Parts: sequence; structure tokens; C-alpha cells
Amino acid sequence: MNQAYRLLLVAVLVVALPGCAPSTKSIMQAESSALELRSFQQRAFDTADIEKTLRTVIATLQDLGFVVDKADLDLGTVSATKLAGYQLRITVTVRPRGTTQVLVRANAQYLDKAVEDPKPYQDFFTALEKAMFLTAQQVD
Amino acid sequence: MGAAVNPRRHSLAMAAAVLCLGSLAGCATMPDDALALSPESLQLRQLQTRRIDGIDEKKLLAAAAGVLQDLGFNIDESETRLGVIVASKDRSAVTGTQIAGAIVAAMFGIATPIDKTQNIRVSLVTRPAVSSDGVPLSDSHLLRITIQRIVRDTNGQVTRVESIEEPDVYQAFFDRLSKSVFLEVQGI
Repeated sequence: MNQAYRLLLVAVLVVALPGCAPSTKSIMQAESSALELRSFQQRAFDTADIEKTLRTVIATLQDLGFVVDKADLDLGTVSATKLAGYQLRITVTVRPRGTTQVLVRANAQYLDKAVEDPKPYQDFFTALEKAMFLTAQQVD
Repeated sequence: MGAAVNPRRHSLAMAAAVLCLGSLAGCATMPDDALALSPESLQLRQLQTRRIDGIDEKKLLAAAAGVLQDLGFNIDESETRLGVIVASKDRSAVTGTQIAGAIVAAMFGIATPIDKTQNIRVSLVTRPAVSSDGVPLSDSHLLRITIQRIVRDTNGQVTRVESIEEPDVYQAFFDRLSKSVFLEVQGI
């Protein structure tokens, strides 16, 4: 019987440990279907003002309880971290789309995983469109 | 299998259970509303924001950076064109009550880790206030700070990851800021 338990322990170790081994495979691994992910993560807004959009993104992130880590106007990016018993990191980029729109894309990371549920991103864009006074438009 | 529990077997089963739990915790899912506006968000915004008049954005950021330095923060990042300053400091997290608790526990032969250090991070963001007809003003700004900290114990384990929401903390900051803005405007 003791042997059976030892076997169980070994089995658990075999299952649990490979998950902990740092593989380099994930570095260049695209997250799920890139196209599907983009449909959750990005929205277009009817404004060409990158700076104002970035400032509104920053204000929205503060509303959502984030502390900004980095912001870069030239690159059009903002990164921020939320600590609320858990740690959530987000990067938001703002790029021109044509001459009359901006494209806002967000990607979040929770613990050691990319956030791939549509709902958190929907929530983010709902908060952002309120602050922008503009509708977040789905992009194909 | 006998009715009596073999202690060795028991500990092996425990080890297996702990390992299972440990590997599962890595997959813990994010709270569903992590990116949704909470009912308290408006109240927090008010707590963390002040409108500051009579100073342009660059000078306001300089005055605010001065306050952060007064408080012992180091500036980690800044993008003045977006009104952003990010600063942090590491400080002791040791409290008298925890030490007392640890001493009592030690008397019973139990070693308890106590909170040792805290890493405090601040982001400070300014943006132009707008006039009643929606035009951004050049000498009137909304300044908002958000503060969070990570506390580690004497074993180096993280014991708290949290946002700071105490009104006193923010009030103390804004009191210092208004003095610093005054000095900045006067060119002192």
C-alpha cells in the first residue's frame, strides 16, 4: 500500500513539475488565435488626437485602480499594474487609423498568463468610451 | 487496507495534496470584474484628485516631483508630455504589534515570519482641466495620484499586494503639494 502512495506522489510530481520548468517555447508563442484575440482587444475611436486618447486611457486606468508603470507618447503606449490582492498588468497602445481615427489595443496579463477572456476587455472599453465621450467601435 | 492510519502513508498523501494545491494555485483565474469600474471608483477618484490652478503643467509636474522627493521617493519613469511621473520607495514594514506577536509565538517555540519590507509605488498624473465649454485650460489642471504597495515578510514571502485607499495618506500628500506649488509659482 505504501508503494501505491509513493507511486501516486511520483505521478503527481511528473504532472506538476513540467509546468514549473521554464521553457523558452512560450517567448515567441502567439497567444491563442491572434485574429480572435484582436477582436476582443482592440477598438477604434473617432478622433485623431493620440495625446488626448493616451491621457484618457491613463485616467481610465487610474479609475480602474491601476498605477502607471510607463508611458510613452512617441510610441503611443501606456503600461500599468493593479494590485488588489492579486497582480494584473496591462499595456495599452494607441495608434492612428487612417486620418480620422485612432486604434486602441489593450493586452493584459494575470499571474503568468495572458488574459484571453473577452469580458475583461469589454469592461475596459466600456470604461474607456465613457471617459472618451466616444463610442468604441469594433474593428474587423 | 487496515483501519489504522499509517502515519508515513498519511504524510505522503499530505505531500501529494499540497503539491496538487500548489500547482493549481498557479492557474487561479482573474476576478471577473478586474477591469470593470467599481461602485467605489468615483469616490476614490475624488480622494486621489485635486484641481490646481494658476500654474502650467510643466511647473506643476516639477512641483509634484519635488514633493515626491521630499517624501523620499525615487523617480522611476516620467513622460511630461503625458503628465506622468512614476516613483517608488522601499521602506520597513515592521510594526510593533507583529513583533510582539512573534515574540509570544517564539516563547512557545514557533518561529513566525513578520512583515519586513514594503515596496511603495506611486503614479502621479496631471491633465488639463476643461472650461465649461470643453476647452482645455493651460493653467488649470487635475492632478491624481494612485498608490500601491507590496509587503514582504522576513522569509521574503509576499504578504500583501494592495492599493492604498486611506484618505489621510492622500490628504497629507496634497497638503504638501499645495505648499510646493505656491513656492514654484513664486519662483522660490
